[in-house]
Amino acid sequence: MLENTTVIQRPDRVTLFASCMVDQLAPNVGENTVEVLEYLGVSVDFLNDQTCCGQPAFNSGFRSEAHPVAERFIDLFEKVKGPIVVPSGSCAAMVRNYYGDLFRNDKELAGRAKRVGDRLFELTEFLSHFFGTDAIAGKSDGYATYHKCCHLLREIGVDEQPIEMLVNIEGLEFSPLERADVCCGFGGAFSVKMPDISSAILDEKLDFIEANGSSTVVAADTGCVYQMQGGLRRRGSDVQVVHIAQVLAESIRNRSTSEPKR
Amino acid sequence: MKPLTVNFRSKAALTLADAQIQQSIEHVYTGFFKGRLTAAGETPDWENLRTKGKAIKDHTIANLDYYLGLLTDNVEKNGGSVFFADDAEEARQHILDLAHKLKIKTVIKSKSMVSEEMGLAEAMTDEGFETVETDLGEYIIQLANETPYHLIAPAVHKSRADVARLLDDDYKDGDRVPDATELTMMAREKLRGVFERADMSVTGVNFAVAESGSIALVTNEGNGRMSTTVPRVHVAVMGMEKIVPSIQDLSTMLRILIRSATGQRISTYVTMVNGKRKPDEEEGPEEFHLVIMNNGRQKLLEDPQLRESLNCIRCGACLNACPVYRKVGGHAYGWVYPGPIGAIVTPVLTGLKDADNLPSASSLCGACHDACPVKINIPRMLLELRYRTAEGSTDKVERTSSAKERGIWKAWRMGMMGRKRFDIGSRIASIALKPLSRNGWLKKAPPPLSGWTSTRDFPVIAASSLKSRLKKRSGDLK
Repeated sequence: MLENTTVIQRPDRVTLFASCMVDQLAPNVGENTVEVLEYLGVSVDFLNDQTCCGQPAFNSGFRSEAHPVAERFIDLFEKVKGPIVVPSGSCAAMVRNYYGDLFRNDKELAGRAKRVGDRLFELTEFLSHFFGTDAIAGKSDGYATYHKCCHLLREIGVDEQPIEMLVNIEGLEFSPLERADVCCGFGGAFSVKMPDISSAILDEKLDFIEANGSSTVVAADTGCVYQMQGGLRRRGSDVQVVHIAQVLAESIRNRSTSEPKR
Repeated sequence: MKPLTVNFRSKAALTLADAQIQQSIEHVYTGFFKGRLTAAGETPDWENLRTKGKAIKDHTIANLDYYLGLLTDNVEKNGGSVFFADDAEEARQHILDLAHKLKIKTVIKSKSMVSEEMGLAEAMTDEGFETVETDLGEYIIQLANETPYHLIAPAVHKSRADVARLLDDDYKDGDRVPDATELTMMAREKLRGVFERADMSVTGVNFAVAESGSIALVTNEGNGRMSTTVPRVHVAVMGMEKIVPSIQDLSTMLRILIRSATGQRISTYVTMVNGKRKPDEEEGPEEFHLVIMNNGRQKLLEDPQLRESLNCIRCGACLNACPVYRKVGGHAYGWVYPGPIGAIVTPVLTGLKDADNLPSASSLCGACHDACPVKINIPRMLLELRYRTAEGSTDKVERTSSAKERGIWKAWRMGMMGRKRFDIGSRIASIALKPLSRNGWLKKAPPPLSGWTSTRDFPVIAASSLKSRLKKRSGDLK
């Protein structure tokens, strides 16, 4: 990590793209994201006009509905300079990997989308790229495992970095999840449209989670967090599923105040 | 084969409820998927090979006319005949006519998905030819009167007891279940005589090599080699995309195909056939016929958004990686090609209108894209097909989305086009759902979320959005 950090210019100011889900369903994940970034000396701007990147409609095939929402996203975020951070691999993938398809009949817009996409980072990607996976290294306790959310893993390419971050938290016992890289069955509208199939995939995931024995499952995308938590609750399980921003922020808070802030 | 894609949801539900099939199908993950990972890990230039494989297929498909012409010339130079069939019906009829003309009695088939498109074995049996599948999995499927469950493992959903019941009329429930070797010996005994009396074989083609007019067959049971040497007539059937320019390209493709399919470095048999027996040769068929089938592939070729699906080499890796395939099984897809690649080619080849559930049945996890030896971007094409069915976006495609669905997304768009509306919509939802919830979770939600709460609790919308919380938290945020 050190050789990385010496050559990379660390940003000291970013703009947060919360994602519609975090904004309305899990605002605490957004607050925790701000907390983590500020801990690292990064000040965070929030554009009050933001809503959604357009992924839900795009993934359901309704591109004419997704198009204006995505265009609105570009209009909004191209006005700010510097990195944009989003605590969701799925939304990051939409902007970076699928806007090209959505805007394929509008070269100018596709070009603008690409320039915004080039500045957009998923949270753990941003942290590990600019600050290293040992930058937070707070304190916690208990037992945790980690599920690799599909879009973060395969579309953004963040694989073991979040696990390294968890392992670097003092006092947290990490144990790897069997088939951590297999989908939890969420898939956005798929989870509502074909609930039987979505849940069958989820059940396999939950069996591995329960076999793992950890009391906390960490993941990096809110949709997957709720899919797994919703399923575990229905099973009557006490296992908690949390977003990685929550774990990192909590570990910062637990860190002894005597230690110097980085 | 008649498409039954319209039954996807009900077929899937049956499989989800079948504990034995769920257990049998695990093998595609624990066996094939893990085998591929190990084999890829042991191949130092694996990613380069995939890139090379993709480049070979891209080039071949972009110049398909040229290579089909070259292949035809060279097959004919080797003394074989080539027949282009525009559809499955034409291909089937050509092979039936051939069999009648050559007074064939017994036909042995080795594995071929293209022959499934034709419904060939059934048609030949109906016309009085003794027709026997010789791939062990296909043989089991033929005895069970089913269709293949998987591209390379047609009977993967069968337990050993299922197979014993099919192979041994005297087998009763409760008898000791024979092991795989015993079952193979039982099949071998039944098949040996058929091999000896067969006067025609029908095989598939894993790759046809344009520069030499050869076909390559990849098998683990030797039935492919028997089929291409014993009977006096050999008919090989292929989809028109199954072509590589050169022998050198073939070596690249075999390396990635076999590792991706079974995790082997090489299959037990790789059979190369250069057509019929030459005057100075001691064995081989007297006649060689190659049937090249279109059956809708031209539509994929002419479609820049879906053309990449013709790069598929039918290894089955995307099926093994797919969490949906592993739950709903192969028969749910309703036609010849199941799994992620099937969800693209089946709707195009058989009609999108009845098959619109296939591209929808995906969490878009991307495991298929990762697993594909020629890097086919399957999620991208699933999204393309969803687009076409949702909005009827091209003049050839009929919109299949419901008015309700379109209304939901229209309302969604309106809500997302302004922050105020976005906040108000969420507040209304939050207030409406709150009385139904306990400790922040819903056990039962109204439509469209009722699907979710049929199996999972749903979180209530937070009482305040991030925007308002950040405002409270610090005044200096914009």
